[in-house]
Amino acid sequence: MSISKQKLKQLVLGTATGLALSITSIAQASDTIKVGILHSLSGTMAISETTLKDTMLMLIKEQNANGGLLGKQLEPVVVDPASNWPLFAEKARELLSKHKVSAIFGNWTSVSRKSVLPVVEELNGLLFYPVQYEGEESSKNVFYTGAAPNQQAIPAVDYLMNEIGVKRWVLAGTDYVYPRTTNKILEAYLKGKGVADKDIMINYTPFGHSDWQSIVSDIKKFGSTGVKTAVVSTINGDANVPFYKELGNQGISAEDIPVVAFSVGEEELSGIDTKPLVGHLAAWNYFMSVDSEANEEFITAWKSFIKDDKRVTNDPMEAHYIGFNMWVKAVEKAGTTDPEAVQEAIIGVSVPNLTGGLSAMMPNHHVTKPVLIGEIQEDGQFEVVWETSGLVAGDAWSDFLPGSKDIISDWRAPLACGNYNIKTSKCSGQNYE
Amino acid sequence: MTITNQLKTLILLLVLLLAPGTSSFADTSEPKLDQAVELLKGKKFPQKYQAIELLAESASPQSQNILKALLERRLFKLKKTKQLVIAEKQGKTYLIQQAISLEELGEVKKRALKKISVNNKMRSLIRSALASFDLKNPDREKRLAAVKQILDKADLDKATIIRPMLPLEQDEEIIEAMSIIIALSDLSSDDLQLRNDAVTLLSGNIHPSVRNALNQLQQQTDDKALAQSIKQALDSIDAKLQFYAVIENLFFGLSLGSVLVLAAIGLAITFGVMGVINMAHGELIMIGAYTTYVIQLLMPESIGTATLIAIPTAFVVSGLVGIAIERGVIRFLYGRSLETLLATFGISLILQQTVRSIFSPLNRSVETPSWMSGAWEINSALSLTLNRLYIIVFCLLVFAALFFVLKKTALGLQVRAVSQNRAMARAMGVRSEWVDAMTFGLGSGVAGIAGVALSQLTNVGPNLGQSYIIDSFMVVVFGGVGNLWGTLVSGMSLGVANKFLEPWSGAVLAKILVLVFIILFIQKRPKGLFPQKGRAAEG
Repeated sequence: MSISKQKLKQLVLGTATGLALSITSIAQASDTIKVGILHSLSGTMAISETTLKDTMLMLIKEQNANGGLLGKQLEPVVVDPASNWPLFAEKARELLSKHKVSAIFGNWTSVSRKSVLPVVEELNGLLFYPVQYEGEESSKNVFYTGAAPNQQAIPAVDYLMNEIGVKRWVLAGTDYVYPRTTNKILEAYLKGKGVADKDIMINYTPFGHSDWQSIVSDIKKFGSTGVKTAVVSTINGDANVPFYKELGNQGISAEDIPVVAFSVGEEELSGIDTKPLVGHLAAWNYFMSVDSEANEEFITAWKSFIKDDKRVTNDPMEAHYIGFNMWVKAVEKAGTTDPEAVQEAIIGVSVPNLTGGLSAMMPNHHVTKPVLIGEIQEDGQFEVVWETSGLVAGDAWSDFLPGSKDIISDWRAPLACGNYNIKTSKCSGQNYE
Repeated sequence: MTITNQLKTLILLLVLLLAPGTSSFADTSEPKLDQAVELLKGKKFPQKYQAIELLAESASPQSQNILKALLERRLFKLKKTKQLVIAEKQGKTYLIQQAISLEELGEVKKRALKKISVNNKMRSLIRSALASFDLKNPDREKRLAAVKQILDKADLDKATIIRPMLPLEQDEEIIEAMSIIIALSDLSSDDLQLRNDAVTLLSGNIHPSVRNALNQLQQQTDDKALAQSIKQALDSIDAKLQFYAVIENLFFGLSLGSVLVLAAIGLAITFGVMGVINMAHGELIMIGAYTTYVIQLLMPESIGTATLIAIPTAFVVSGLVGIAIERGVIRFLYGRSLETLLATFGISLILQQTVRSIFSPLNRSVETPSWMSGAWEINSALSLTLNRLYIIVFCLLVFAALFFVLKKTALGLQVRAVSQNRAMARAMGVRSEWVDAMTFGLGSGVAGIAGVALSQLTNVGPNLGQSYIIDSFMVVVFGGVGNLWGTLVSGMSLGVANKFLEPWSGAVLAKILVLVFIILFIQKRPKGLFPQKGRAAEG
């Protein structure tokens, strides 16, 4: 009996300690706010997305050093969707239902965003998407901090047309949704400006295309009619290196036929021998070379965080910087991390961007940003040669496509619709096809 | 020799005659120079365009110097004194000179300087300004480049400067280019005879500027006879252009083919001769490319030599990795092709992630040696890019070497013996295991060499191998397993077919069509283009 009594005592004591421990661990858990990071760390997209994961870790670390958020520390939850589109949806679900994260920062390709979209809508999460994309989408649960076509492609074409006097256009892209939609918008825009069919050449190539000989030779012939010609390139990541190499080898310089790219930034250039590229253009909302105090601080912080003095910063990193700070500000404003409250609070929030101005979240879940055109320099940096006079607000639904020009998006109270047709006064589903 | 000497003296005399004129001109244009220097310091590009025009007008040696420095990005502004200086990098500091007087101002740190920014339009303006300076340069190459620049840009205002120079010029190539420029400007003259002569002279000339000018005139002119002769001239130009386009396309095809052959030829040994389905073949190519990167990193001063050294090194490195794979994994799986496929696929993932961990997932920049960049310009319609030309030659050399090894050496004999009849070969005293390892090493080493070549064409990153593995298998299967000639012929013909389809169907469809063709072909002839005959086929 005595033995069993002792055992009982031990048992009770054990349970009590166990309970106490679990209570403290619960208390600890609710002391942090979890932030999901959904970027590929392996596979083809790791090249671009790993940097963004590191950016988020740095921003969270800085926020924690400054006292965290709502008196709590932020806790990053990193998952690896491995460049596998269906896995993105699974991992998003894991972040939202298992880890109960307050917001997700992630995705790069449009197809991965489309795969995550139903999950964040179903579980009512928040997704901050930091990459330039083709538009034609506005979700209640997604905040698009990268550029919409009117914040990148259209101003770039305007620059070429008005400042350089380009009259003949090559629209070259990789064969998937972003280039196809962007080129459709650009084609409609150019035709609206009176460019004839014969002065537009459209070309698509497969992912990772490496043999550019015929295409570059075609571009050379297309551009040798004595009329100023430019290439608008939506060629994706890896295929750019052989493309630019071939341009250099076939003797096409930026003075003859400038190429303006929407997917080539500092990070991509760090893997290329940039000498033959000098003078080619890129359109972004941020360049590492921008001379502003905020930018200088950001670069110093980044280099010391990543412990590599040679690492560069780029546009999607700035988008995360803006998106994260907006989320922090909205949470402070709402006083809670509840997605519903944050969605309401974040509209109209404005935070400093890295180019020396303020960016604001618009009712259509896109942000305002300046548009910069830069020329590639020998050191792999860009030099800004032109910028918009003010900020440009991201437009979810292009005004230049026949199907989407009557559609607006406004997530504020009375309308609360991402796809509202002003002609028929109807709010249809999320995705316009 | 004597003629060139005479020419030199003649030009020297000319320069001397001109010199006092220019210097007195420079004196009067000092304000222009100063004004230009002031404008260059500004931030706005239109002001800078104006500055370049002023410098071009002043035509003094100082302004030529400033323009050159601006083009080469050596022109800076001192942040403190706002002085315009030309700077030369000297280790960590910059040696600076006053831009106009060239007076030495000592050394400064990089932070004290602000580079004068240049954009495309400025570069083009500067080049055209420098071209008119160089027209009088005694160096033949510089004069030729200047004339060509004017012709390429169809800068016909310069014809008035060139006209008096033509009779003095001795070099045939320069005379030809000069007379084309003059003829082009004559096209817009009011004198009918002059215009007709110009059209006759320009007939059959394939320079794009000529074609554009004739096209333009054809649309503008009311004169029927002239329009007729222009049409003839244009027709003869178009016929020539079409001919060159076919040759160019053939070259593109052969070059794509040689890349395919290079990527596949290692596989032709491991898969073709040994029958191992090696999914890690692409990663062996990638290792070769990374070897090039590392060697260039070790020898940053001499990129050309580094690239050459990379060829044998990549062979050894990839070969050793190949032998390790064979000894460690594949030898336990001979005869079980499905397991081999899965195991080597696993190895390929391991190799990719290893490279990602060591070198980061970012692409690495491999430089192209200067003798490999640019193009061999045969005429203005046909120029063959040098890197592609080298790779075609390199591919043929590798093929010949491999062929020699397999047909003429003891190792080759043993390889063939083992692959045809293992038991008999062993009975004859051939160490079949050693031969297996060597054969696999040879195939892998050749894949490494292919990696060196590919590093000059495409991205060097962890995914390099993946993009070539399918093409490699396609080439080997199409050519006939176990046949080196088959690999060569199939690679080249697939390359050419692809390039002739591409302009007509687009790159995406061309690739699909080629694949569909191969599937149908393999249905009809499962053993490929060159099937093995006799006993070897059964083994």
